[in-house]
Amino acid sequence: MTMQRYSGLSLVREGLRGHRGWRPAWRKATPAAAYDAVIVGGGGHGLATAYYLARQHNMRRVAVLEKGWIGGGNTGRNTTVVRSNYFYPESVALYDLSLRLFEGLSRELNFNVMLSQRGMLIAAHTPMQMEICARIANAMQLNGVDGSLLSAKEARRRLPLLNNTADARFACMGGIWQGRAGVARHDAVAWGYARAASALGVDIVEGCTVTDLLTEGGAVTGVETSHGTIRADRIGLAAAGATPGLAALAGVRLPIHAYALQAFVSEPVKPILDTVLLYLGTGTYVSQSDKGELVFGGGLDRVPSYGQRGNLPMQETVISGLLEMFPAFAQLKLLRQWAGVVDVVPDSSPVIGPAGPEGLYINCGWGTGGFKAIPAGGWLLAHLMATGAHHEISRPFDLSRFAEGRLIDEAAGSGIAH
Amino acid sequence: MSGWRHPTAGHVDRTRPVRFFLDGRPLEGFAGDTLASALLASGERVLGRSFKYRRPRGLWGMGGEEPNALFDVTENGHTTPNVRATSLPLREGMALRSVNTAGGGTALAPSLIDLAQRFLPAGFYYKTFMAGGWMRWEPMIRRMAGLGRLDPGTVPVADAPAVNIRCDVLVIGGGPAGLAAARAKARQGAAVWLVDEAPEIGGSLRWRGGQIEGADWHAFQRDVAETVASAGGRVLPDTSVWGAFDHGLYAAWERRSGHPDRHWRLRARDVVLATGAIERPLWFANNDLPGVMSAEAALHHLSLFGAVAGRRVVVATTNDSAYFAAEALAAAGCRVTIADTRQNGPTVSDGVAHLLGASLQRAHGSRSVGRVTLNGGPDGAGAEFDADTILVSGGWTPSVHLHCQAGGKLDWRTDIDALVPRAGTSPLKAVGAAAGTFGLAASLQEGHRVAGGDGPAPRAEGATWHIAPVRPDPTLTGRQWVDLQNDVTVKDVALAAREGYRSVEHLKRYTTLGMATDQGRTSNFAGLAAMAALTGRTIPETGTTTYRPPFAPVPLGVIGGTRRGERFAPLKRLPLEAAHRSQGALMREYGWWLRPAVYGEDGLDENAAADDEARVARERVGLYDASPLGKIEVLGPGAAELMDFCGYIRMSTLAPGRARYGLMLNETGVVHDDGVVLRLAEDRFILSASSSHVASVRLILEEARQDRFDPSRVVLHDVTDGWVTLTVTGPRAGAVLASAGLPEALCDDAALPHMGVVETRWAHGRLRVTRVSFTGDRSYELSVPARHGRALHAVLDGAVTAEGGRWIGLEAVLRLRAEKGYILIGKDTDGITMPHDLGWTRPREKRSDEFFGRRALFTPEASRPDRRQLVGLSVEGAEALPVGAHVVPTEGARRSLGFVTSSGHGPGVGRPVALAMIEGGRGLMGARVDVFHLGAVVPARIEAPCAFDPAGKRLHA
Amino acid sequence: MQLFPCPFCGLREETEFHFAAEAGKVRPEPAPGVSDARWAAYLYLNDAPKGVAREIWVHRTCGEFFIMERDTVTREVISSSALPGRAG
Repeated sequence: MTMQRYSGLSLVREGLRGHRGWRPAWRKATPAAAYDAVIVGGGGHGLATAYYLARQHNMRRVAVLEKGWIGGGNTGRNTTVVRSNYFYPESVALYDLSLRLFEGLSRELNFNVMLSQRGMLIAAHTPMQMEICARIANAMQLNGVDGSLLSAKEARRRLPLLNNTADARFACMGGIWQGRAGVARHDAVAWGYARAASALGVDIVEGCTVTDLLTEGGAVTGVETSHGTIRADRIGLAAAGATPGLAALAGVRLPIHAYALQAFVSEPVKPILDTVLLYLGTGTYVSQSDKGELVFGGGLDRVPSYGQRGNLPMQETVISGLLEMFPAFAQLKLLRQWAGVVDVVPDSSPVIGPAGPEGLYINCGWGTGGFKAIPAGGWLLAHLMATGAHHEISRPFDLSRFAEGRLIDEAAGSGIAH
Repeated sequence: MSGWRHPTAGHVDRTRPVRFFLDGRPLEGFAGDTLASALLASGERVLGRSFKYRRPRGLWGMGGEEPNALFDVTENGHTTPNVRATSLPLREGMALRSVNTAGGGTALAPSLIDLAQRFLPAGFYYKTFMAGGWMRWEPMIRRMAGLGRLDPGTVPVADAPAVNIRCDVLVIGGGPAGLAAARAKARQGAAVWLVDEAPEIGGSLRWRGGQIEGADWHAFQRDVAETVASAGGRVLPDTSVWGAFDHGLYAAWERRSGHPDRHWRLRARDVVLATGAIERPLWFANNDLPGVMSAEAALHHLSLFGAVAGRRVVVATTNDSAYFAAEALAAAGCRVTIADTRQNGPTVSDGVAHLLGASLQRAHGSRSVGRVTLNGGPDGAGAEFDADTILVSGGWTPSVHLHCQAGGKLDWRTDIDALVPRAGTSPLKAVGAAAGTFGLAASLQEGHRVAGGDGPAPRAEGATWHIAPVRPDPTLTGRQWVDLQNDVTVKDVALAAREGYRSVEHLKRYTTLGMATDQGRTSNFAGLAAMAALTGRTIPETGTTTYRPPFAPVPLGVIGGTRRGERFAPLKRLPLEAAHRSQGALMREYGWWLRPAVYGEDGLDENAAADDEARVARERVGLYDASPLGKIEVLGPGAAELMDFCGYIRMSTLAPGRARYGLMLNETGVVHDDGVVLRLAEDRFILSASSSHVASVRLILEEARQDRFDPSRVVLHDVTDGWVTLTVTGPRAGAVLASAGLPEALCDDAALPHMGVVETRWAHGRLRVTRVSFTGDRSYELSVPARHGRALHAVLDGAVTAEGGRWIGLEAVLRLRAEKGYILIGKDTDGITMPHDLGWTRPREKRSDEFFGRRALFTPEASRPDRRQLVGLSVEGAEALPVGAHVVPTEGARRSLGFVTSSGHGPGVGRPVALAMIEGGRGLMGARVDVFHLGAVVPARIEAPCAFDPAGKRLHA
Repeated sequence: MQLFPCPFCGLREETEFHFAAEAGKVRPEPAPGVSDARWAAYLYLNDAPKGVAREIWVHRTCGEFFIMERDTVTREVISSSALPGRAG
């Protein structure tokens, strides 16, 4: 099951013979009766988990069960930002592990995930916000991550179209800069992990719905699915908004509410924005895709919901926020808009760890920030499932933190939300 | 040069030529043209280059489905990128810049990229550009991608108003079915809003014409408009309904010339979907060449504008609809050949060549269509002949988007080869072509019937169209485009199928099919049909992508509306703002309130000014506007009980006429707010919440009041905005009060001691005075109803000046409180700070009654000795520590022990002071630490938070 | 834009409301007898039902808390009522 090599040369070779030699990127597997490990959820986190189980932990009898098509949930519904500009050491360790894995991902997977480390500014507009920015930039530096403070002048140099008029509601005073932050191609992350995992023998089963979790004597023994019973004594849940429903099958309640988070795309234009920007005043974030579209978003639709559709008031708020930041963008048209169901935890940090019956592990609660954490989420869940014990980076994110009162609340600690 | 202007056809005004420019070249059209019709009639063929291969592209359609004719349009010095030529009326002097053409669409040689196309299949970038990292290649790709150019100098004004409307019936689409539905409803007295994208209602009647109820259709059009208007409804032309949202909300974009566009939010009891259908393309080699057009679009441009697509025309079709176009073009003087894939078709006029069982195999030409090769027909495969124009009709795709946006499901109808709305699955009732009903008579009948019309439906002639299915043939040699704008061919779909990207969503994402600015109007079905053909599945088995707003691209400026500047996030303003400004106040936002930061002339050194204000306040007396301070009245016999539960510090033990500092927690034990509570009577408290926390504090109180207590025994009343509060602070504060002509009792420390409050009257009525201090000096907070604010301002201004004092801004107040160790919530505290971290330990240890947030104060984490605690920091030298700097150990591994939260020059102590939150800080008094800021380190020493007058003598001095 | 029925003000737009909590939670007290786990369960754990949910909402404009039943998938509002003991 060797993986077909992708390269410029292979493109030329295939080009000369009509591209007839390309093989499926991943096998369409039908599930076996039993596996060493089953992962529920074929998004980025689930596929990465399967890949690292096979690659790092040598587990070959692994299945990923996806109720729809892989990468079809939040993995394919986000604004593709990757970054590790966090405040708490626990968060920095987690997200920087992810960013470091991202930095080698295209080569490792032999699939171009188009990581573009073009840098990101978190922009402030009041002296007090600048103080918070300094607090975070210093925390990043003390935790060994590249972070610095940009002045208003430097911010304007990088973002010449920023609103600079006298009546700007949020005149930019500068902010936090992370040069290694940027964007990646979200679908490619799912496909690249799927292809590499499949080549290592992982079964990826699309269109397979999990209907029950099977337990015996306080331990998981398998799952009931639309494709029949599948046995496994290690089950990982990586299903974002579907996690509460799945965990409930094992009698586990989680500290999660599901909300719709919208994202927006404008029509494409030639390059006009070279960095990723999050503006504290408007809550709007934006970057320009390689295709030329502005990709932007803002806050959650504030009504708990499992509907993958956005409401109009938030569209108006996010768009007017974007235009307040960049008045010239009012020339552009909105091309697409969509919503993902995000699983939001009270402290907006993820939950990674064992839950309920023995052998059940969860990786959820990424809320609005799961895409950037895909490599780390997979790496850490794979470690848990393979060894039965936490990796030191995932330990602080265990479910036990709620009873202990040990929340990792970035918004609370730094004043800046995810 | 193939398009031409018919001498008489259409409604353009041939007496009024209009000059415009294409890539700098002057062209001419007529008043009444669209950009598209003017370009077509002027003979321009190559209107731009394609996104990926830079292939020459020409006009294809007549509306929102147009994939090729996009321009950056400059008018009156303002540029709008990516404007669809089909949707913009021609105006004098417009300058068009074609997309992806360096220097002009028509001037380009064949694209080198197109020559390399065989090495650039769908998704080629996933397989390469990895060597040396993507960023090595990205700038090149970014420059090549994109369509038009955004003009940084064009800043559209934020003037598109939003309008909210409710009506009885919303009819979306003013074609035959929509007109019939609108009239039927209006005749029953309903207020109908009839919305159409075009400048005029009529839909296909506008270019197809027709007789309705025995008269020209215009009579019917007028009757509908009058009936709708007389029933209280409205016809809204030039308006696109682009979104269907939850609970029956529809968003629409109205285009107006001479006025700002409008953003409509419409709600209706009933909604009729009459959005018509979009003509499908056909698939043959080089079907992207300029000169290949939608047959219906050619008819449209001819009938409305006299713009004729060409002279030697092949009409390739699978259905009856294109025969109308063929006949019209023949009547206009074109040589027309119909190639119909079916073995039977309607009869045609003399002079129109009619080939049955014939389809197109290939179009020839380098920059425009010159010849075609047929498949089938009387001469068999391979017959070739000259043609300059190919009009295609591959069937029709009903515009079901809004139905699906509203949650509706679709059914597959084999007879028309299309997906149509399943009735009852969305609140919209589909009629006419949107419902898969084709033909004038049938559409009128359906519109009338579905609207529940009384009496017979409007009569008309016209058979229902017969439509035969057609699929792309993957075995055909040559490139067949399924998505013109994003350059996706049948081979790309085949590659996606081969590589396993077979789900429609994977297909779309892998090939970018349907993701261009035409939103897949002509390509989605094509891609679906190709994938179905390639994988041996039916269309329903292959599935469809999800439909989401917007139905048509909408300017961001229209959705964003007028919410710009202060309208984006309104500021709260002081009643005395004008008075402060007249005294030279520099106004700044503090937690949504616009407040004086410092006073002085323009160009003053703000830091020095604030230092000076603080010094005067310490030495003499300062006066500041504290009006934003929250004032939540808590009234009733249950007031004390509620205050005790919601507060960390008990207030039931507070005597009337006294004030006490309090903290409010969240249920997580975190400090939510602080503020002084006044008890004015047994059953009356006023809670002075922080200015930015008033709303949330009120909600915490309300929840407890309603959920836990008897709400009839206590009520809440937020009167923050009703009062002006001015604070006099400093050693001369008492003297100011004495000389200000206020009631004498206020100056009596026995009647009004520190932490006392009195309600009294002065010359203008009610006056409340509180002895609380945020500065550490003797202070009086004087509150009057807002309408008396100016009078209080005048009285105190005079008295303070006479005592050698002055107005001070917030920056000075912040300095005064920092050296006293008085905290500011959200600055010195964060979302994990608990009261004992601030030194408020007693209630946690001593209170035995239940209170909000109590249990959370005893979790393992809350009980750790190394929690971050509030301390002060002193430094040697005159340089204040930067806020946001972290405190690190002087030895060993460098890690954060905490951070500086407030810092500045202490006006009373005459040296820099700072507050910080430091791990186990209270146990480290006197310890040396390092303070880290952006790589640099300075030494500091931990001290008590209160650096100035720790005994608090000055409060009484 | 969803419309929610405040029992006191009638149908109003969703932006005027704030989701407070899932209904039916009882605050465990007094604090000294409540375990960490029980307190965390009260404070943080949810059913997050996919389908019909019973929730406490507050209409921020009038300040009244109330109970709303709605479907978290279709977003259909099923009912709303004042808290027990409140006039409707």
